Amino acid sequence: MSDSAALLTTPLNATHRRLGAKMVDFGGWDMPVQYKGILDEHRAVRTGVGVFDVSHMGELVIRGPQALDLVNWIATNDASKLKTGQVQYSALLYEHGGFVDDILVHKVSDDEYFICVNASNQEKDFDHIAAEDHFQATVENAGARYAQIAIQGPKAVELCQRLTTTLLEPIRYYWFTDGEFAGVPARIARTGYTGEDGFEVYVSPEDASTVWDAVCSLGAQPCGLGARNTLRLEAKMALYGHEIDATLSPFEADLAWMVKMDKPNFIGKRALEKQKAAGIHRKLVGFEMVGRGIGRDGYEIEIDGEKAGWVTSGGPAPTLGKNIGLCYLPIAHAVPGQKINVIIRGVGVEAVTVPTPFYKRAK
Amino acid sequence: MYPENYSYTKEHEWVLVDGDTGTIGITDHAQSELGDIVYVDLPKVGTAIAQHTTFGSVESVKAVSDIYSPVSGEIIAINESLSTAPEKLNSDPHGDAWLVKVKLKDLSEIPGLMSAADYKKYVGA
Repeated sequence: MSDSAALLTTPLNATHRRLGAKMVDFGGWDMPVQYKGILDEHRAVRTGVGVFDVSHMGELVIRGPQALDLVNWIATNDASKLKTGQVQYSALLYEHGGFVDDILVHKVSDDEYFICVNASNQEKDFDHIAAEDHFQATVENAGARYAQIAIQGPKAVELCQRLTTTLLEPIRYYWFTDGEFAGVPARIARTGYTGEDGFEVYVSPEDASTVWDAVCSLGAQPCGLGARNTLRLEAKMALYGHEIDATLSPFEADLAWMVKMDKPNFIGKRALEKQKAAGIHRKLVGFEMVGRGIGRDGYEIEIDGEKAGWVTSGGPAPTLGKNIGLCYLPIAHAVPGQKINVIIRGVGVEAVTVPTPFYKRAK
Repeated sequence: MYPENYSYTKEHEWVLVDGDTGTIGITDHAQSELGDIVYVDLPKVGTAIAQHTTFGSVESVKAVSDIYSPVSGEIIAINESLSTAPEKLNSDPHGDAWLVKVKLKDLSEIPGLMSAADYKKYVGA
Protein backbone atom coordinates (compact mmCIF):
# COMPACT_ATOMS: atom_id res chain seq x y z
CA MET A 1 0.00 0.00 0.00
CA SER A 2 1.24 3.46 -0.78
CA ASP A 3 1.42 6.28 1.70
CA SER A 4 -1.65 8.28 0.78
CA ALA A 5 -0.50 11.21 2.93
CA ALA A 6 2.26 11.90 0.41
CA LEU A 7 -0.08 11.82 -2.58
CA LEU A 8 -1.82 14.72 -4.26
CA THR A 9 -5.58 14.76 -3.90
CA THR A 10 -8.47 16.22 -5.88
CA PRO A 11 -11.31 18.18 -4.23
CA LEU A 12 -13.41 15.02 -4.53
CA ASN A 13 -11.08 12.77 -2.54
CA ALA A 14 -13.40 12.51 0.48
CA THR A 15 -16.36 11.88 -1.84
CA HIS A 16 -14.59 8.94 -3.48
CA ARG A 17 -13.78 7.43 -0.10
CA ARG A 18 -17.35 7.92 1.09
CA LEU A 19 -18.55 6.08 -2.03
CA GLY A 20 -16.23 3.18 -1.19
CA ALA A 21 -13.92 3.64 -4.16
CA LYS A 22 -10.75 1.63 -4.36
CA MET A 23 -8.00 4.25 -4.37
CA VAL A 24 -4.62 3.93 -6.07
CA ASP A 25 -1.47 5.98 -6.55
CA PHE A 26 -1.87 7.26 -10.11
CA GLY A 27 1.23 9.21 -11.06
CA GLY A 28 1.45 10.72 -7.60
CA TRP A 29 -2.30 11.34 -7.28
CA ASP A 30 -4.60 9.46 -4.93
CA MET A 31 -7.31 8.50 -7.42
CA PRO A 32 -10.24 6.08 -7.59
CA VAL A 33 -9.52 3.08 -9.82
CA GLN A 34 -13.04 1.69 -9.40
CA TYR A 35 -16.19 1.94 -7.31
CA LYS A 36 -18.38 -1.15 -7.89
CA GLY A 37 -16.29 -2.70 -10.61
CA ILE A 38 -14.55 -1.77 -13.84
CA LEU A 39 -16.84 -3.86 -16.06
CA ASP A 40 -20.01 -2.34 -14.57
CA GLU A 41 -18.62 1.15 -14.95
CA HIS A 42 -17.46 0.47 -18.51
CA ARG A 43 -20.96 -0.73 -19.45
CA ALA A 44 -22.58 2.28 -17.78
CA VAL A 45 -20.60 4.61 -20.06
CA ARG A 46 -21.35 2.59 -23.21
CA THR A 47 -25.07 2.33 -22.51
CA GLY A 48 -26.03 5.14 -20.09
CA VAL A 49 -23.98 7.79 -18.29
CA GLY A 50 -20.81 7.58 -16.26
CA VAL A 51 -19.05 10.35 -14.36
CA PHE A 52 -15.31 10.59 -13.82
CA ASP A 53 -13.28 12.81 -11.54
CA VAL A 54 -10.42 13.94 -13.76
CA SER A 55 -9.41 16.90 -11.64
CA HIS A 56 -5.85 15.61 -11.60
CA MET A 57 -5.55 16.72 -15.23
CA GLY A 58 -3.63 19.96 -15.64
CA GLU A 59 -4.69 23.28 -17.13
CA LEU A 60 -2.46 25.93 -18.66
CA VAL A 61 -3.66 29.33 -19.81
CA ILE A 62 -1.81 31.25 -22.51
CA ARG A 63 -2.70 34.93 -22.78
CA GLY A 64 -1.49 37.97 -24.66
CA PRO A 65 -1.43 39.61 -28.07
CA GLN A 66 0.79 36.80 -29.39
CA ALA A 67 -1.00 33.94 -27.60
CA LEU A 68 -1.85 32.30 -30.94
CA ASP A 69 1.75 32.60 -32.14
CA LEU A 70 3.00 30.92 -28.98
CA VAL A 71 0.43 28.12 -29.22
CA ASN A 72 1.29 27.54 -32.86
CA TRP A 73 5.00 27.48 -32.04
CA ILE A 74 4.75 24.93 -29.24
CA ALA A 75 2.00 22.69 -30.64
CA THR A 76 1.79 20.56 -33.80
CA ASN A 77 -1.78 21.21 -34.90
CA ASP A 78 -2.78 24.52 -36.49
CA ALA A 79 -4.44 26.66 -33.82
CA SER A 80 -5.03 29.46 -36.35
CA LYS A 81 -7.84 27.28 -37.74
CA LEU A 82 -9.68 27.41 -34.41
CA LYS A 83 -12.75 29.57 -33.94
CA THR A 84 -13.60 30.96 -30.51
CA GLY A 85 -15.24 28.14 -28.57
CA GLN A 86 -13.50 25.39 -30.51
CA VAL A 87 -11.23 22.65 -29.16
CA GLN A 88 -8.31 20.98 -30.93
CA TYR A 89 -6.25 17.87 -30.14
CA SER A 90 -2.58 18.66 -30.53
CA ALA A 91 0.89 17.74 -29.28
CA LEU A 92 3.86 19.36 -27.65
CA LEU A 93 7.06 17.99 -29.13
CA TYR A 94 10.75 18.19 -28.33
CA GLU A 95 13.17 19.40 -31.02
CA HIS A 96 13.90 15.74 -31.83
CA GLY A 97 10.23 15.07 -32.61
CA GLY A 98 9.30 13.03 -29.53
CA PHE A 99 6.27 13.85 -27.38
CA VAL A 100 6.42 16.18 -24.39
CA ASP A 101 2.67 15.59 -24.07
CA ASP A 102 -0.61 15.43 -25.93
CA ILE A 103 -2.96 18.32 -25.20
CA LEU A 104 -6.38 19.82 -25.85
CA VAL A 105 -6.27 23.45 -26.98
CA HIS A 106 -9.43 25.50 -26.32
CA LYS A 107 -9.70 28.89 -28.02
CA VAL A 108 -11.28 31.23 -25.44
CA SER A 109 -10.64 34.42 -27.43
CA ASP A 110 -8.13 35.83 -29.90
CA ASP A 111 -5.69 36.41 -27.06
CA GLU A 112 -6.50 33.54 -24.71
CA TYR A 113 -6.05 29.79 -25.07
CA PHE A 114 -6.96 27.24 -22.40
CA ILE A 115 -4.97 24.04 -22.58
CA CYS A 116 -5.81 20.76 -20.87
CA VAL A 117 -2.71 18.63 -20.25
CA ASN A 118 -1.92 15.29 -18.63
CA ALA A 119 -1.79 15.23 -14.84
CA SER A 120 1.76 14.01 -14.40
CA ASN A 121 3.06 16.23 -17.19
CA GLN A 122 1.70 19.59 -16.08
CA GLU A 123 4.90 20.97 -14.51
CA LYS A 124 7.00 19.68 -17.39
CA ASP A 125 4.60 21.15 -19.96
CA PHE A 126 4.52 24.49 -18.17
CA ASP A 127 8.33 24.66 -18.04
CA HIS A 128 8.55 23.60 -21.67
CA ILE A 129 6.19 26.36 -22.82
CA ALA A 130 7.35 29.06 -20.40
CA ALA A 131 10.90 28.63 -21.73
CA GLU A 132 9.66 29.96 -25.09
CA ASP A 133 9.56 33.53 -23.82
CA HIS A 134 10.14 35.23 -27.20
CA PHE A 135 6.43 36.00 -27.66
CA GLN A 136 4.19 38.66 -26.19
CA ALA A 137 2.26 36.08 -24.23
CA THR A 138 2.19 34.71 -20.71
CA VAL A 139 1.73 31.14 -19.54
CA GLU A 140 -0.15 30.37 -16.35
CA ASN A 141 -0.08 26.97 -14.68
CA ALA A 142 -3.74 27.05 -13.70
CA GLY A 143 -4.14 23.43 -12.57
CA ALA A 144 -4.92 24.43 -8.99
CA ARG A 145 -7.74 26.71 -10.14
CA TYR A 146 -9.72 23.96 -11.87
CA ALA A 147 -11.46 20.74 -11.06
CA GLN A 148 -12.54 18.67 -14.06
CA ILE A 149 -15.44 16.28 -14.21
CA ALA A 150 -16.14 14.13 -17.27
CA ILE A 151 -19.73 13.06 -17.89
CA GLN A 152 -19.79 10.46 -20.64
CA GLY A 153 -22.20 8.13 -22.36
CA PRO A 154 -25.10 8.07 -24.85
CA LYS A 155 -27.41 9.59 -22.22
CA ALA A 156 -24.94 12.26 -21.06
CA VAL A 157 -26.45 15.13 -23.06
CA GLU A 158 -29.94 14.44 -21.75
CA LEU A 159 -28.72 14.19 -18.15
CA CYS A 160 -26.50 17.26 -18.34
CA GLN A 161 -29.25 19.34 -19.92
CA ARG A 162 -31.21 19.00 -16.68
CA LEU A 163 -28.41 20.84 -14.88
CA THR A 164 -27.91 23.86 -17.10
CA THR A 165 -29.86 26.50 -18.98
CA THR A 166 -27.18 26.49 -21.67
CA LEU A 167 -28.54 24.59 -24.66
CA LEU A 168 -26.19 21.62 -24.95
CA GLU A 169 -27.31 19.90 -28.13
CA PRO A 170 -26.02 22.73 -30.37
CA ILE A 171 -22.52 22.43 -28.86
CA ARG A 172 -20.74 20.35 -31.46
CA TYR A 173 -18.14 17.67 -30.77
CA TYR A 174 -14.86 19.39 -29.85
CA TRP A 175 -16.50 22.73 -29.03
CA PHE A 176 -17.11 24.32 -25.65
CA THR A 177 -19.03 27.11 -24.01
CA ASP A 178 -18.80 29.00 -20.74
CA GLY A 179 -21.93 28.99 -18.64
CA GLU A 180 -23.43 27.58 -15.49
CA PHE A 181 -23.65 23.93 -14.62
CA ALA A 182 -25.42 22.65 -11.50
CA GLY A 183 -25.66 26.28 -10.43
CA VAL A 184 -21.94 27.04 -10.54
CA PRO A 185 -19.81 28.79 -13.18
CA ALA A 186 -18.43 26.19 -15.58
CA ARG A 187 -16.60 25.67 -18.84
CA ILE A 188 -18.58 22.96 -20.63
CA ALA A 189 -16.66 21.15 -23.38
CA ARG A 190 -18.09 18.44 -25.60
CA THR A 191 -14.96 16.35 -25.39
CA GLY A 192 -14.01 13.11 -23.72
CA TYR A 193 -11.70 10.13 -23.47
CA THR A 194 -14.16 7.25 -23.70
CA GLY A 195 -15.31 7.06 -27.31
CA GLU A 196 -18.79 8.19 -26.22
CA ASP A 197 -20.67 11.46 -26.46
CA GLY A 198 -20.48 13.65 -23.38
CA PHE A 199 -18.91 16.62 -21.69
CA GLU A 200 -15.85 17.59 -19.75
CA VAL A 201 -16.84 20.26 -17.26
CA TYR A 202 -14.22 22.57 -15.74
CA VAL A 203 -15.18 24.29 -12.48
CA SER A 204 -13.43 25.81 -9.51
CA PRO A 205 -12.23 23.26 -6.91
CA GLU A 206 -14.77 24.57 -4.35
CA ASP A 207 -17.60 23.71 -6.76
CA ALA A 208 -16.42 20.22 -7.70
CA SER A 209 -18.58 18.32 -5.24
CA THR A 210 -21.67 20.38 -6.16
CA VAL A 211 -21.28 19.23 -9.76
CA TRP A 212 -20.39 15.66 -8.82
CA ASP A 213 -23.32 15.26 -6.44
CA ALA A 214 -25.77 16.82 -8.91
CA VAL A 215 -24.71 14.51 -11.71
CA CYS A 216 -24.80 11.44 -9.48
CA SER A 217 -28.21 12.36 -8.07
CA LEU A 218 -29.56 12.20 -11.63
CA GLY A 219 -28.27 8.67 -11.99
CA ALA A 220 -24.78 8.92 -13.46
CA GLN A 221 -22.61 5.99 -12.41
CA PRO A 222 -19.37 7.04 -10.66
CA CYS A 223 -16.50 5.59 -12.70
CA GLY A 224 -12.84 5.16 -11.87
CA LEU A 225 -9.65 5.26 -13.86
CA GLY A 226 -9.91 1.53 -14.54
CA ALA A 227 -12.97 1.96 -16.75
CA ARG A 228 -11.51 5.13 -18.22
CA ASN A 229 -8.62 3.00 -19.44
CA THR A 230 -10.67 0.17 -20.96
CA LEU A 231 -12.95 2.72 -22.64
CA ARG A 232 -10.15 4.80 -24.12
CA LEU A 233 -8.36 1.64 -25.30
CA GLU A 234 -11.45 0.44 -27.20
CA ALA A 235 -11.65 3.91 -28.79
CA LYS A 236 -7.88 3.83 -29.50
CA MET A 237 -7.09 7.05 -27.70
CA ALA A 238 -3.42 7.45 -26.82
CA LEU A 239 -2.21 7.38 -23.22
CA TYR A 240 0.99 9.25 -22.41
CA GLY A 241 3.72 6.89 -21.23
CA HIS A 242 2.19 4.07 -23.25
CA GLU A 243 1.35 4.88 -26.88
CA ILE A 244 3.26 8.17 -26.79
CA ASP A 245 6.35 9.42 -25.00
CA ALA A 246 9.59 11.33 -25.60
CA THR A 247 11.02 8.51 -27.75
CA LEU A 248 8.04 8.32 -30.12
CA SER A 249 6.84 10.75 -32.79
CA PRO A 250 3.28 11.57 -33.91
CA PHE A 251 3.93 9.81 -37.23
CA GLU A 252 4.93 6.63 -35.42
CA ALA A 253 1.96 6.96 -33.04
CA ASP A 254 -0.46 7.07 -36.01
CA LEU A 255 -1.32 10.67 -35.15
CA ALA A 256 -0.08 12.36 -38.32
CA TRP A 257 -3.47 14.08 -38.64
CA MET A 258 -2.67 16.29 -35.65
CA VAL A 259 0.56 17.54 -37.21
CA LYS A 260 0.26 20.36 -39.72
CA MET A 261 3.52 20.31 -41.65
CA ASP A 262 2.39 23.28 -43.76
CA LYS A 263 2.50 25.59 -40.72
CA PRO A 264 5.42 28.02 -40.90
CA ASN A 265 7.26 26.50 -37.98
CA PHE A 266 6.88 24.68 -34.67
CA ILE A 267 9.11 22.93 -32.18
CA GLY A 268 10.05 19.54 -33.63
CA LYS A 269 9.11 20.36 -37.21
CA ARG A 270 12.63 19.92 -38.59
CA ALA A 271 12.92 16.46 -37.02
CA LEU A 272 9.54 15.46 -38.40
CA GLU A 273 10.51 16.68 -41.88
CA LYS A 274 13.55 14.43 -41.76
CA GLN A 275 11.46 11.56 -40.49
CA LYS A 276 8.93 12.10 -43.25
CA ALA A 277 11.61 12.18 -45.93
CA ALA A 278 13.36 9.07 -44.64
CA GLY A 279 10.15 7.21 -43.76
CA ILE A 280 9.28 5.87 -40.34
CA HIS A 281 10.48 2.46 -39.23
CA ARG A 282 7.72 1.55 -36.80
CA LYS A 283 4.08 2.35 -36.27
CA LEU A 284 1.32 1.89 -33.72
CA VAL A 285 -1.31 -0.69 -34.65
CA GLY A 286 -4.14 -2.49 -32.91
CA PHE A 287 -4.30 -6.24 -32.34
CA GLU A 288 -6.75 -8.85 -31.14
CA MET A 289 -5.71 -11.95 -29.26
CA VAL A 290 -6.44 -15.16 -31.16
CA GLY A 291 -5.03 -17.55 -28.55
CA ARG A 292 -6.01 -17.54 -24.92
CA GLY A 293 -4.52 -14.81 -22.78
CA ILE A 294 -4.16 -11.06 -22.54
CA GLY A 295 -1.30 -9.07 -24.03
CA ARG A 296 -0.35 -6.43 -21.51
CA ASP A 297 1.64 -3.22 -21.60
CA GLY A 298 5.34 -3.95 -22.07
CA TYR A 299 4.99 -7.51 -23.38
CA GLU A 300 7.24 -8.32 -26.34
CA ILE A 301 5.93 -9.21 -29.78
CA GLU A 302 7.51 -11.69 -32.15
CA ILE A 303 6.89 -12.27 -35.84
CA ASP A 304 8.20 -15.53 -37.32
CA GLY A 305 10.21 -16.11 -34.16
CA GLU A 306 11.97 -12.74 -34.33
CA LYS A 307 11.55 -9.94 -31.81
CA ALA A 308 9.45 -7.34 -33.64
CA GLY A 309 7.87 -4.88 -31.22
CA TRP A 310 6.08 -4.34 -27.95
CA VAL A 311 2.62 -3.89 -26.51
CA THR A 312 1.83 -0.35 -25.32
CA SER A 313 -1.61 -1.07 -23.80
CA GLY A 314 -3.63 -4.24 -23.62
CA GLY A 315 -6.56 -5.76 -21.85
CA PRO A 316 -10.05 -7.05 -22.23
CA ALA A 317 -12.44 -5.02 -24.41
CA PRO A 318 -15.68 -5.41 -22.47
CA THR A 319 -17.86 -4.00 -25.26
CA LEU A 320 -16.38 -6.37 -27.84
CA GLY A 321 -15.89 -9.44 -25.68
CA LYS A 322 -12.34 -9.79 -26.95
CA ASN A 323 -8.85 -9.23 -25.62
CA ILE A 324 -7.26 -6.35 -27.49
CA GLY A 325 -4.19 -4.18 -27.43
CA LEU A 326 -2.03 -1.61 -29.17
CA CYS A 327 1.54 -2.28 -30.18
CA TYR A 328 4.47 -0.90 -32.11
CA LEU A 329 5.52 -3.00 -35.10
CA PRO A 330 8.08 -2.56 -37.90
CA ILE A 331 6.41 -0.53 -40.66
CA ALA A 332 6.34 -3.47 -43.12
CA HIS A 333 4.22 -5.45 -40.65
CA ALA A 334 2.08 -2.56 -39.41
CA VAL A 335 -0.93 -3.49 -41.50
CA PRO A 336 -4.18 -5.22 -40.55
CA GLY A 337 -4.13 -9.01 -40.80
CA GLN A 338 -0.51 -9.45 -39.70
CA LYS A 339 -0.11 -12.56 -37.54
CA ILE A 340 1.95 -11.85 -34.44
CA ASN A 341 2.90 -13.65 -31.26
CA VAL A 342 2.53 -11.83 -27.98
CA ILE A 343 4.99 -13.21 -25.45
CA ILE A 344 2.93 -13.89 -22.35
CA ARG A 345 4.97 -15.21 -19.44
CA GLY A 346 7.58 -16.62 -21.81
CA VAL A 347 5.14 -18.24 -24.24
CA GLY A 348 4.19 -16.88 -27.65
CA VAL A 349 0.41 -16.52 -27.92
CA GLU A 350 -1.19 -15.93 -31.31
CA ALA A 351 -2.71 -12.56 -32.12
CA VAL A 352 -3.56 -10.64 -35.27
CA THR A 353 -3.42 -6.95 -36.13
CA VAL A 354 -6.79 -5.33 -36.82
CA PRO A 355 -8.09 -1.96 -38.03
CA THR A 356 -8.71 0.64 -35.33
CA PRO A 357 -10.53 2.07 -33.48
CA PHE A 358 -11.70 -1.21 -32.01
CA TYR A 359 -14.95 0.46 -31.00
CA LYS A 360 -16.80 3.31 -32.69
CA ARG A 361 -20.09 4.59 -31.36
CA ALA A 362 -23.15 4.67 -33.58
CA LYS A 363 -23.96 8.26 -34.52
CA MET B 1 -15.58 -15.22 5.63
CA TYR B 2 -12.29 -17.15 5.92
CA PRO B 3 -12.99 -20.86 6.61
CA GLU B 4 -11.29 -22.09 9.80
CA ASN B 5 -10.19 -25.40 8.26
CA TYR B 6 -8.22 -23.72 5.44
CA SER B 7 -4.57 -22.64 5.63
CA TYR B 8 -3.46 -19.34 4.07
CA THR B 9 -0.39 -17.74 2.49
CA LYS B 10 0.98 -14.21 2.54
CA GLU B 11 0.38 -14.13 -1.22
CA HIS B 12 -3.36 -14.62 -0.56
CA GLU B 13 -3.90 -18.24 -1.54
CA TRP B 14 -5.60 -20.91 0.55
CA VAL B 15 -5.26 -24.69 0.76
CA LEU B 16 -7.74 -27.18 2.16
CA VAL B 17 -6.12 -30.45 3.17
CA ASP B 18 -8.07 -33.71 3.00
CA GLY B 19 -5.84 -36.75 3.53
CA ASP B 20 -3.06 -36.40 0.96
CA THR B 21 -5.09 -34.13 -1.32
CA GLY B 22 -4.88 -30.35 -1.18
CA THR B 23 -7.42 -28.03 -2.83
CA ILE B 24 -5.96 -24.61 -3.69
CA GLY B 25 -7.66 -21.29 -4.35
CA ILE B 26 -7.25 -17.57 -3.90
CA THR B 27 -8.73 -15.69 -0.97
CA ASP B 28 -11.66 -13.34 -0.85
CA HIS B 29 -9.20 -10.54 -0.09
CA ALA B 30 -7.26 -11.43 -3.26
CA GLN B 31 -10.33 -11.36 -5.52
CA SER B 32 -11.45 -8.09 -3.97
CA GLU B 33 -8.07 -6.47 -4.58
CA LEU B 34 -7.93 -7.77 -8.15
CA GLY B 35 -11.41 -6.60 -9.13
CA ASP B 36 -13.28 -8.12 -12.08
CA ILE B 37 -11.47 -11.35 -12.97
CA VAL B 38 -11.50 -12.13 -16.68
CA TYR B 39 -8.97 -14.92 -17.23
CA VAL B 40 -7.31 -17.71 -15.29
CA ASP B 41 -4.18 -19.48 -16.51
CA LEU B 42 -3.59 -22.88 -14.87
CA PRO B 43 -1.04 -25.65 -15.52
CA LYS B 44 -1.92 -29.09 -16.86
CA VAL B 45 -2.78 -32.11 -14.74
CA GLY B 46 0.43 -33.93 -13.91
CA THR B 47 2.52 -30.81 -13.45
CA ALA B 48 4.74 -30.81 -10.36
CA ILE B 49 4.56 -27.63 -8.32
CA ALA B 50 6.72 -26.43 -5.44
CA GLN B 51 5.69 -24.53 -2.35
CA HIS B 52 5.82 -20.71 -2.61
CA THR B 53 6.57 -20.76 -6.33
CA THR B 54 4.24 -19.50 -9.02
CA PHE B 55 2.18 -22.06 -10.95
CA GLY B 56 -0.37 -19.93 -12.76
CA SER B 57 -1.95 -16.53 -12.98
CA VAL B 58 -5.20 -14.71 -12.52
CA GLU B 59 -5.99 -11.72 -14.69
CA SER B 60 -8.42 -8.99 -13.82
CA VAL B 61 -9.50 -6.22 -16.16
CA LYS B 62 -6.65 -4.05 -15.02
CA ALA B 63 -3.82 -6.39 -14.04
CA VAL B 64 -2.27 -9.82 -14.03
CA SER B 65 -1.35 -11.51 -10.78
CA ASP B 66 0.78 -14.62 -10.22
CA ILE B 67 -0.57 -17.46 -8.10
CA TYR B 68 1.88 -19.01 -5.67
CA SER B 69 1.35 -22.52 -4.42
CA PRO B 70 0.84 -22.95 -0.68
CA VAL B 71 2.19 -26.50 -0.94
CA SER B 72 4.41 -28.81 -2.98
CA GLY B 73 2.86 -31.64 -4.95
CA GLU B 74 1.52 -32.84 -8.27
CA ILE B 75 -1.57 -31.38 -9.90
CA ILE B 76 -4.31 -34.02 -10.12
CA ALA B 77 -7.23 -31.78 -11.16
CA ILE B 78 -7.87 -28.28 -12.43
CA ASN B 79 -11.13 -26.37 -12.20
CA GLU B 80 -12.12 -26.40 -15.88
CA SER B 81 -15.22 -24.28 -15.23
CA LEU B 82 -13.01 -21.24 -14.65
CA SER B 83 -11.96 -21.19 -18.32
CA THR B 84 -15.48 -20.21 -19.35
CA ALA B 85 -16.58 -18.49 -16.13
CA PRO B 86 -13.54 -16.82 -14.53
CA GLU B 87 -15.88 -14.35 -12.81
CA LYS B 88 -16.81 -17.15 -10.38
CA LEU B 89 -13.53 -16.26 -8.67
CA ASN B 90 -15.10 -12.95 -7.66
CA SER B 91 -18.29 -14.48 -6.30
CA ASP B 92 -17.14 -17.73 -4.65
CA PRO B 93 -13.36 -17.76 -4.20
CA HIS B 94 -13.43 -20.09 -1.19
CA GLY B 95 -15.85 -22.58 -2.69
CA ASP B 96 -16.86 -23.34 -6.29
CA ALA B 97 -13.99 -21.31 -7.72
CA TRP B 98 -11.15 -23.43 -6.36
CA LEU B 99 -8.23 -23.50 -8.81
CA VAL B 100 -6.46 -26.87 -8.62
CA LYS B 101 -6.21 -30.04 -6.56
CA VAL B 102 -2.81 -31.47 -5.78
CA LYS B 103 -1.43 -34.71 -4.39
CA LEU B 104 0.51 -33.37 -1.43
CA LYS B 105 4.20 -34.15 -1.29
CA ASP B 106 5.01 -33.00 2.23
CA LEU B 107 2.38 -32.55 4.94
CA SER B 108 4.93 -30.84 7.18
CA GLU B 109 4.57 -27.72 4.97
CA ILE B 110 1.07 -27.10 6.33
CA PRO B 111 1.85 -25.92 9.87
CA GLY B 112 4.06 -23.18 8.40
CA LEU B 113 1.04 -21.55 6.74
CA MET B 114 -1.31 -19.04 8.37
CA SER B 115 -4.47 -20.03 10.20
CA ALA B 116 -7.74 -18.25 9.41
CA ALA B 117 -7.26 -16.07 12.50
CA ASP B 118 -3.66 -15.20 11.49
CA TYR B 119 -4.76 -14.42 7.92
CA LYS B 120 -7.63 -12.20 9.04
CA LYS B 121 -5.19 -10.25 11.17
CA TYR B 122 -2.74 -10.13 8.22
CA VAL B 123 -5.28 -8.53 5.85
CA GLY B 124 -6.90 -6.43 8.54
CA ALA B 125 -10.27 -8.13 8.12
